[in-house]
Amino acid sequence: MLNSLGREIPEYMEGIGKLEPFQGALTKLSKGWMDEPTIPAPNKAYLPHQSKLCKTLEEAIIRSNPHNGMTVSFHHHLRNGDILLVQTLTILHNMGIRDITLASSSLNECHDPILPYLKDQTVTKIFSSGIRSELGRAIALGVLDTPVVIHSHGGRVRCIHTGKIQIDLAVIPASAADCEGNATGSHGKSAFGSIGYAVIDARYAKQVIVVTDNLVDFPCIPLSISQNFIDHVVLVDSIGDASKIATGTTRITNSPMDLRIAKLAADVIEHSGFFVPGFAFQVGAGGASLAVAKFIREKMKKKSLKGSFMLGGITSYCVDMLNEGLFETIFDVQSFDAVVSNSLLNNRHHIEIPAALYANPFNCGCITNKIDVVVLGALEIDVDFNVNVITGSEGKIRGASGGHSDTASGAKLTVVVCPSFRGRIPIIKKRVHTIVTPGETVHVLVTERGICVNPAFPELENNLRMAGLNIKEIHDLEIEVDKITGIPAPLEYTDKIVGLVEYRDGTIIDVIHQLKEKEIKI
Amino acid sequence: MKPKIPAQAGTFESSDVIVLIEPLPDKAGRKIEISSSVMQQFGESFTKIVIDLLDQFEMTDIHLIAKDKGALEPTIKARLETAIKRSLDLQEGTLKQ
Amino acid sequence: MLYIPGNNPAMIQQGGIYGADSILLDLEDAVALNQKDAARTLVRNMFKVTDFYDAEVCVRVNHLSTPFGLADLEEIVPLQPSAIRYPKTESPEEVIELLNIIERIEDRHNLPHNKMTLHAMIETAMGVQNVFNIASKFSRIDAITIGGQDLTADMNIIPTPDGIGIDFARKRIIMAAKASHIDVIDTVFPDVNDEEGLRRETEYAKRIGFTGKAVINPRQIDIVHEVYTPTEEEIRKAYRIVREFRMNSAAGIGVFAIDGKMIDAPIVARAEYLLRLANVTVD
Repeated sequence: MLNSLGREIPEYMEGIGKLEPFQGALTKLSKGWMDEPTIPAPNKAYLPHQSKLCKTLEEAIIRSNPHNGMTVSFHHHLRNGDILLVQTLTILHNMGIRDITLASSSLNECHDPILPYLKDQTVTKIFSSGIRSELGRAIALGVLDTPVVIHSHGGRVRCIHTGKIQIDLAVIPASAADCEGNATGSHGKSAFGSIGYAVIDARYAKQVIVVTDNLVDFPCIPLSISQNFIDHVVLVDSIGDASKIATGTTRITNSPMDLRIAKLAADVIEHSGFFVPGFAFQVGAGGASLAVAKFIREKMKKKSLKGSFMLGGITSYCVDMLNEGLFETIFDVQSFDAVVSNSLLNNRHHIEIPAALYANPFNCGCITNKIDVVVLGALEIDVDFNVNVITGSEGKIRGASGGHSDTASGAKLTVVVCPSFRGRIPIIKKRVHTIVTPGETVHVLVTERGICVNPAFPELENNLRMAGLNIKEIHDLEIEVDKITGIPAPLEYTDKIVGLVEYRDGTIIDVIHQLKEKEIKI
Repeated sequence: MKPKIPAQAGTFESSDVIVLIEPLPDKAGRKIEISSSVMQQFGESFTKIVIDLLDQFEMTDIHLIAKDKGALEPTIKARLETAIKRSLDLQEGTLKQ
Repeated sequence: MLYIPGNNPAMIQQGGIYGADSILLDLEDAVALNQKDAARTLVRNMFKVTDFYDAEVCVRVNHLSTPFGLADLEEIVPLQPSAIRYPKTESPEEVIELLNIIERIEDRHNLPHNKMTLHAMIETAMGVQNVFNIASKFSRIDAITIGGQDLTADMNIIPTPDGIGIDFARKRIIMAAKASHIDVIDTVFPDVNDEEGLRRETEYAKRIGFTGKAVINPRQIDIVHEVYTPTEEEIRKAYRIVREFRMNSAAGIGVFAIDGKMIDAPIVARAEYLLRLANVTVD
């Protein structure tokens, strides 16, 4: 069956179940409730003064009832410095456990070592918001029989509430924890800031292991994760490579191209009609996206304009703006550098929030619903403003849905920033390879060669034209860029589906087909 | 024509291509190796550009290696032309390598 | 005016996106001596197909006394960029030699002699001494520029942040350009990370009469533009001067006052120039 964006979605998928096609960004939400029942979280009992401490991760795993077909979950707050996901799966593999469903909030390059476990069917299913590197390549080429499910950060919470993901074992790395499992990421030698994505895992998993390299005296403050959900606590030498977990401060890019795009994006925001006192703002940590913050900061100072809150993945740059009084509050679901951990720990206006409060569509209001302006990146965007942030131009899975569709659906102004072509590949397509964020939630595209406004928002276009900005029709820009790069030959795919892209409400917005690598004759 | 000397042109930078040329023994024909960061999308058009330019200069007994990092067509052609002229010892107005 | 190294495809293909008024594709100092042929071929190919949007495109060739200059002209003149920039110009005789060669090439390609212009770069003490004769005698020269780094080297002095050593040269070159009614462009500011330094130097260049400034990094363009763009207040004032001048002269009054200050012809002329820069018409 076709979904409302014209993508063919199967009615049923072996290993996943019945699929519901995407029907519009707010269609399911406008009912006011979620049709799917919420499954109960497990109830457990512990005796007074019973010890949760295990000597090794292996001991904790053995105590957690490992079995074939189990679902194991992780958070990705350690980014590319994580070592525990690989360690855990190696332990389970060595115990002979098979048919595992891996449910990590995201996967990075550092997880490439688990590729052999996909090949030997230790892991047979994956739920994640992002997949990259060798794993992404292997999955695109069809290493798994069951398609991976790509969800958003908000959608993941919904998946757990509805039992689509039923976690048997959650392994939660923390940079500080006590013997009862109260834990945080905001201090310790491996500090990573907010632990927001893991909160739902702690609440719902049948068994929860907190792993730390910094066992502190009871109680571990703040109680980012609280002991009433924790079964086992393990002290290890290291939870990850600190240099890859969080480094100093995030620098603004020096790339003239990214800065150019960022400046244009800041001009768009300034003249959009949403740059007003009390506005709420979110930017990513990537090149052009973060650089927008630099220009917005200058404009806010120039106009003595004060915003309400910043949200999302938080960088030291956001912290600076908070400290300068440009914003009242930071809501932090994920922190990008060491300075942020410090601020999170010490500043009452810098608030750690769980993924559910950040972006779950099915509750009484996630904070993404209150965003005025969000700046997002794109791997590809099409002439209908649909955005792909999951599959690269070479057809491999190499990105993350993350909070992209969550924030786009909530914001009054969604600005997508990206270069018009990368390494000779045009970014504006007639049709993106994979839709993650629907065009109806994207207002403006900003490239170095022009600004395109979604025709669904004529008033915005008018505002920007009045300000003298270089507005181009997206079809014209597409043609202009194709002329520079030449038109790339299409990639080839098989009929096999290797990935399902779930929209935040649980419907399927697109599927990813198995990539066939062509032989190029010379 | 045959290359007289080994030659190269271009760089390993992004949006550029490096072209290396070596003479081959008589009657060896052409040996072409192309690798590219956008092989799947532009491999065929790249190959055609190489062959067309070699035809234009009537090059034979040549071993040509091109390593591309997403160069646009005018860049590819410029680097090939420079490498071919250098291999023929025809380049003008430059310090020789 | 944005300098782009002639052997760098990534930078050339993005040259037009930064909003520079003009772009200089450089075959001279930015290209290694053993890559001159590669750069020339690349610039020729890129120039033909690249859309540089609203920017004028100029090419800086090597001096004819080098083994590269003639080959550069043979390749570039047929392309007819909006201007050729000639480095280390020292005397009118040199310009005559250059023009002869350019015109011979143009004749061979059936090209007119009045389309592409010349920018003479003054970067030696001798050039500074001869600058008026260079600037005033040739209709094809429509801009002169100062090359600060080469001039500093030629004068054997150490560059200082205030540029005091080349200050006389700057002003002499400006005067020659003004007397010849052509544009005069200031030298580059080499420290890309020093935004305040760039702003100070550009403000100074504007004050002493340069019509623009060359930049070596796209990040510098916005600052130069900010300095050279008239403020809203300046535009309002100029608008008022020009409007009242027209009303008064229609009534046969030559000299009048605004806010107690006498307005005469030079002030009106400057106001008109400013409005042209700002693209404002007075009705």
